[in-house]
Amino acid sequence: MQINTLRIFLLALLCSVSFDAFASNEEDSSGEKFDPKAMIMHHVKDAHGFHLWDWNGHPVSISLPIILWTDNGLTTFMSSEFHHDFEGKHIVEKDGQKFVNYHEKIYQLKEGETTIAFDEEHHPINATQPLNFSITKNVFMMWVSVVVLLLIFVSTSRRYKKSENYVPKGIAKFTEPLIVFVRDEIAKPMIGEKKYKRFMPFLLTVFFFIWINNIFGLIPIINGANVSGNIAFTLTLAVFTFLITLFSGNKNYWKHIFWMPGVAVPMKIFLMPIEIVGMFVKPISLMIRLFANITAGHIIILSLMSLIFIFESIAVAPVSVGFSLFISIIEIVVTAIQAYIFTVLSALYFGMATEEDHH
Amino acid sequence: MDLITPGLGLVFWTVITFLFLLFILTKFAWKPILGAVNEREDSIKNALLEADKARQEMEDLKSDNQKILKEARAERDAMLKEAHDIKEKIISEAKEQAKEQANKLVEQAKATIENEKLNAITDLKNQVAALSIDIAEKVVKEQLSNREKQDKLVESMLNEVNLN
Repeated sequence: MQINTLRIFLLALLCSVSFDAFASNEEDSSGEKFDPKAMIMHHVKDAHGFHLWDWNGHPVSISLPIILWTDNGLTTFMSSEFHHDFEGKHIVEKDGQKFVNYHEKIYQLKEGETTIAFDEEHHPINATQPLNFSITKNVFMMWVSVVVLLLIFVSTSRRYKKSENYVPKGIAKFTEPLIVFVRDEIAKPMIGEKKYKRFMPFLLTVFFFIWINNIFGLIPIINGANVSGNIAFTLTLAVFTFLITLFSGNKNYWKHIFWMPGVAVPMKIFLMPIEIVGMFVKPISLMIRLFANITAGHIIILSLMSLIFIFESIAVAPVSVGFSLFISIIEIVVTAIQAYIFTVLSALYFGMATEEDHH
Repeated sequence: MDLITPGLGLVFWTVITFLFLLFILTKFAWKPILGAVNEREDSIKNALLEADKARQEMEDLKSDNQKILKEARAERDAMLKEAHDIKEKIISEAKEQAKEQANKLVEQAKATIENEKLNAITDLKNQVAALSIDIAEKVVKEQLSNREKQDKLVESMLNEVNLN
């Protein structure tokens, strides 16, 4: 029954986005010079719409809802209303407000303006940026990953029966070793036998959430939605780790930060700022590590692919494809390693925060 | 620079999505799964301990059996020995008794024989006496039929008496 509910949820998710295949595109880009940097940045960053492929010069894409908080309140419309324009040319009018999409950023034009203009530092001079809570490509893929995770693990939990002595069956045979790995190789050694249980849900969720989003980022057909390579995503998870560390920190932990025991008083004073900085550096390193590793992988693969278009020769294709295949295989390993590292370090910080005084 | 500027919208949705995922998975996946795994590990541990205990008990039982068997064997040996002794004793006693009985019988027989002999002798003596008297009577009757013979007899008798 649970599984059916999940299926319905997934269907509803898919239905909430309208599918506008063969939408028209006014400009033909075949004459333009290929710009690898723009292309790569466009692919690595988030987008308001799910561009799948081009068909006869027309982009085929899934449009996603755009949710804006403007001075007049909430404004929503589908991203298809921009007609695949992200140069800020197509203006969408809603409730007397004019919006343009300029490089996947939504700007609200000021009264009477018809086209967006920028100064030298690339700040818009005649538009503001409303708060943007749109269901972007990344949010959408994140939700897909949530549905997949729920399908996998809720069905895993249903595989255990008391009458069968909780012997894992079916999918549980595959997922149980992973869960036990997180418990026995990450939580127990880092936090300790006594206290690890409290942190298990967070560690398991973070581990699988990062891993599955890393994997989804590698699937080309869904356009490599770069969720775990987006700094907003890694920032959020790092902040969760930071907050949990702070709130589970015991007396011993705070003593080690503000008044290091066992050293001379000048040393204590000297160490205090270092420890305070360290408190913040730890989650920041988590954030940057995951973001940089995943984004770098995407950039490498896209760069290799760009070589074909830079050289404008089909002869480069085998080399590019070969190298990007090689990198992709490494990336498959990296997906698991980065999820593991994030989880292990989180667990390590929790372990430090809850460590008992043993001097 | 845009790449490393976190977008507010994505942060917002990530927070909501992650909290939702954390809540649902904790409730419907992690707790039941970890519970089941723990339960199973405990039951395996218990089963192993119990198996160890059972093996120990078996060992004890086996040594107990050995002991009982040994005792039984010793008892059997003792019983056999006892029976053997009793047998010997009974036999020897029987022999003794038989011997005694036999001796007694022999004794009795001897006594009886003696008696019978004495009786027989007495009987014989009586008969001899009677016979002698008879003979003597007849002889005397005949002898005393004439004088001469009477004298002769008296004479011979007197001679005889002298010899005695």
